[in-house]
Amino acid sequence: MKPADFRYARPATLDEALTLMAGEGEIAALAGGQSLMPMMNFRIAQPEVLVDLNAVADLAGVTEMDGTVRIGAMTRYSDLARHDVLARLPLVARALPHVAHPSIRNRGTLGGSLALADPAAELPAVALALGAKVHLASTHGTRSVAADDFFQGLYETDRAEDELVTAIDLPAATAQETYGFHEVARRHGDYAMAGVALTRRDDGLRIAFFSVSDRPVRAKAAETVLRDDPTKLDLAIEALDEIDFTGDLNGGPDMKRHLAGVVLRRAWAEVLA
Amino acid sequence: MTGPALIFDKPNAYIGQSTPRADTNRLLEGRGRFVDDIQLPRMLHAAFLRSPYAHAEIRGLDTSAAKAAPGVVRVLTGADLEGVVEPYVGVLTHLKGLRSAPQMPLAVDRARWQGEPLAMVLARSRAEAEDAAALIEADLDPIPAACDAETALDPDAPVIHPEFGSNLAWERLVDVGDVDAAFARDDVQVVSRTLRFGRHTGVTLETRAAVAEYDPSEDRLTFHYSGQAPHMMQFIFAKHLGLAEENVRVVANDVGGSFGIKIHTYGDEVATAAAAKLLGRPVKFVADRYESFLSDIHARDHVVEARMAVDKAGKIVALDFDDLTGIGPYSMYPRTSAIEANQVLNLTGAPYDLENYRARGRVVFQNKNMMCQYRAVGHPIAMAICDGLLEDAAAKIGMDVVEMRRVNLMRDDSYPRASASGMKLDDLSHQKALNVLVETMGYDALRAEQAELRARGVYRGIGFVSMVEVTNPSPMFYGIGGAPIASQDGATVRLDAGGGLRVSSSVTEQGQGTNAILAQIAAGVFGVPIERVTVTTGDTDTVPYGGGTWASRGAGIGGEAMLQAAHALKEQVLEVAAVMLQSDAATLDIQNGSVVDGSGARMTLSDLARTVYYRGNELPSDLKPELIATRHYRVTDFPFVFTNGAMAAHVEVDTETGLVKVLNFWAVEDCGRVINPKLVDEQVRGGVVQGIGGALYEECIYSEDGQLMNATMADYLVPMAVEMPDIVVRHVETPTKTSVLGAKGAGEAGTGGAPAAVMNAVNDALRPLGATLWQMPMTPERILKALGKV
Ligand SMILES: Cc1cc2nc3c(=O)[nH]c(=O)nc-3n(C[C@H](O)[C@H](O)[C@H](O)COP(=O)(O)OP(=O)(O)OC[C@H]3O[C@@H](n4cnc5c(N)ncnc54)[C@H](O)[C@@H]3O)c2cc1C
Repeated sequence: MKPADFRYARPATLDEALTLMAGEGEIAALAGGQSLMPMMNFRIAQPEVLVDLNAVADLAGVTEMDGTVRIGAMTRYSDLARHDVLARLPLVARALPHVAHPSIRNRGTLGGSLALADPAAELPAVALALGAKVHLASTHGTRSVAADDFFQGLYETDRAEDELVTAIDLPAATAQETYGFHEVARRHGDYAMAGVALTRRDDGLRIAFFSVSDRPVRAKAAETVLRDDPTKLDLAIEALDEIDFTGDLNGGPDMKRHLAGVVLRRAWAEVLA
Repeated sequence: MTGPALIFDKPNAYIGQSTPRADTNRLLEGRGRFVDDIQLPRMLHAAFLRSPYAHAEIRGLDTSAAKAAPGVVRVLTGADLEGVVEPYVGVLTHLKGLRSAPQMPLAVDRARWQGEPLAMVLARSRAEAEDAAALIEADLDPIPAACDAETALDPDAPVIHPEFGSNLAWERLVDVGDVDAAFARDDVQVVSRTLRFGRHTGVTLETRAAVAEYDPSEDRLTFHYSGQAPHMMQFIFAKHLGLAEENVRVVANDVGGSFGIKIHTYGDEVATAAAAKLLGRPVKFVADRYESFLSDIHARDHVVEARMAVDKAGKIVALDFDDLTGIGPYSMYPRTSAIEANQVLNLTGAPYDLENYRARGRVVFQNKNMMCQYRAVGHPIAMAICDGLLEDAAAKIGMDVVEMRRVNLMRDDSYPRASASGMKLDDLSHQKALNVLVETMGYDALRAEQAELRARGVYRGIGFVSMVEVTNPSPMFYGIGGAPIASQDGATVRLDAGGGLRVSSSVTEQGQGTNAILAQIAAGVFGVPIERVTVTTGDTDTVPYGGGTWASRGAGIGGEAMLQAAHALKEQVLEVAAVMLQSDAATLDIQNGSVVDGSGARMTLSDLARTVYYRGNELPSDLKPELIATRHYRVTDFPFVFTNGAMAAHVEVDTETGLVKVLNFWAVEDCGRVINPKLVDEQVRGGVVQGIGGALYEECIYSEDGQLMNATMADYLVPMAVEMPDIVVRHVETPTKTSVLGAKGAGEAGTGGAPAAVMNAVNDALRPLGATLWQMPMTPERILKALGKV
């Protein structure tokens, strides 16, 4: 369990980092390393160059403007968990304690979680539920992608190989906003067997599941049902058939289908409460 | 047994006290000496190429690129070890009919499980060795595999060892009384179930590790390893590497957990020793976590068809079952992989008065990692069969499960006696243990609460187990069958010039506190403050000859040897003291490091020892002082010294998610004399946690083609603190008459009993919903399937 040989670079600025990302061969950014290092040790990932983002100050930190919270990609879960801004991000606050264990949260980053796009991870689903925007940069320039378009498959995103996730924008919660979050996991800190994050605002309802399919997924039919009539929960659960459920070691697609209904029911109770 | 009676009541007796462990500070301060801490000059590091397939022909292994890789000194394949290592076969003569094929440390011609070592790279660092291992071009031809034990005996199943004609390794039948007639009675009710027990494994904190040193000038091998049985390994290396036994030294220093994983012959470890011999350089191998999952022995893997007949009064009239267990492609050497099935046949129903008993066990080869003895060998299976069916039958006839046990348990005043399977039993306390349990847990109130909550849609369950545990085995366990596994152990106690005691023992320490109880016994029996005792274990060059740690024998056998040795030394010292003090030895005693008589301290032990060692001229010339004593002990009148216990689990099942929360767990244990209550409690608690792991979490999940799917700590779920309940431990002390110390084992009861209690509790919770589940681990998916929700 030793990684294959690799070269290592530790840029100090974003520009340097982007230049390194644009280099030849297989290149990987190193954020918290909580997923990447195990994959390298198993030799599932064998990057030739590792671009360590930990010294890039521009990538960390949280700013707030006009009702939008911008979180730098290198912001650690545990730093976010202690941040005042969490008062405006109640859904994030609900989700964070479910991400792994404290030691992993001390190192793991928001940008790493989004870039990895693990279908069982909490924050990508939270990003979907909040209608987040993901900021990307490369030597060709910068762009931003709606979370709805960012997650494209199993560990697949819209990010090009030479791009870095630089930040994520999340809308600060409004007074009318309600939200719900529920996940079921075998043990505390495990990736969930199934989970859901949802927000209800004046302008609509967004329901995002994690750990039920190959990526975090919106349940749009269920959103429509519940937006029209919040009491039609059973109907909304039936509408979850729209999701392409995929199994994992915890159970097959049927199990995921069943649990999706359970977590939605529990999260919806939170919304209505 | 009679002997020095007063040892338990002396002022500094220690026995019976929760004396802190001497090694705690050292370990907590990071001063442990584990195998991976060893750095030797010119040492090489080993990495293995392991079979990616469950079953494959090895067409060729091209090692040229690997050999040319940076830092690589040598690459060895199975063919290179032919003639260097004598193949080993895991059979025992008392397990009649057991067969297994010769095994080599690195596969030759054919790989038979995913993870089997194929080639070994020796390089300057482990990283370089792994890089080179990835460069070996293995021409492997996957062939049909027999992975599933349940189909491995089918006529069309691929046969793993063609010379045997089938995948059957061993079969045994026990048939007592008239089972068929009992089931045919018209006044009985019958329950029958198929129970399934998944594979799990030990997951020791310190993985398996070895450093082998070979000195060609003396033809001497020193093998540092993380293991439980140094003398057994000494024999094995001598025999299979062609060395004189006295030229092999096996050292097990600090060991970070074993659970039975580290008591077997592993190809990678044998290859490490062979490589050291071939190269004349020290070689280190430390299994990484992935290798551990793939190659540490797995446990359980049983399918049991079982039925029980009970009469209207709740009396068990007959028990009948058929156990099939998959052991991987070989029977493990030298303990064999048939012992677990043998235990299941021996132990099932052993707490109960049972006349008609039939049990068939079949042990089959399959293309998965090897299965062998792991903590509580066979016990969880045996207890789940009988106590599972007992509670099932109780539900069927509408009887309370405690009441039903009271009807069937062997009476505390009925010993000595035998179990239905013929096990000799003595000094057990099933009835008393159950009474203490029921009282401790507040059974009636729990039942009332359960009924009330059920009405509100909360599904809680209470489940019990009454159990026996095999401890303190005699030579009837292994020695009789020809294995180099000592059932006796020795202890040496030496009084040093400074007045301290230096003791050594052939039982070993892997974190359970053996060294601590050995010090307690030596200090208490001899009469010095415990700080003055230094304990050595785990070195074949220095400790007396013995079996090491297995089958919960360290305290009962190693402890008794220590007691006898300390007592013998005390008599020797008092003989000298009597001469020096011109008094009668019978009036003298040793307390707190001094020789005392009725009037108080007369002479310190260091004064006495210094006189003996330095100023022998002051002693009469016919006095021949011996300040060292060695004693050995083995159990003689019984094959095993059984212990018993009663346990209960209280769970809540979330019927929507299938998650089980263990709310409470109670364990009442009778391990005879308790030497250190805190250590025993922690053994019981740790065992219970491991049992809960087997019942709810732990499983080596294989794909149909024999790939282990969850070989990481993220995917293989060990029980973790947050999910564990408080575990209340109570003791009933019925000392065994087979020794003065009276201690039986306590190391495996929790692991053996907890799974049945948890299974019963889950089924108690599910039953009102018309569901039951007989498969461990009881995962959310299986529970939801049982409930018909998935
Ligand atoms: C035992 C364990 C349990 C866990 N449980 C959970 C859990 O319950 N829920 C959960 O959500 N996660 C869990 N995780 C994963 C953890 O949260 C990850 O660390 C995280 O998702 C990835 O973040 P990281 O900063 O560690 O990224 P890294 O591991 O450093 O990187 C992950 C991937 O993203 C890429 N990357 C990282 N940052 C950027 C960037 N800024 N731009 C472009 N690419 C980038 C890397 O190249 C790599 O491919 C667990 C991890 C472990 C080890």
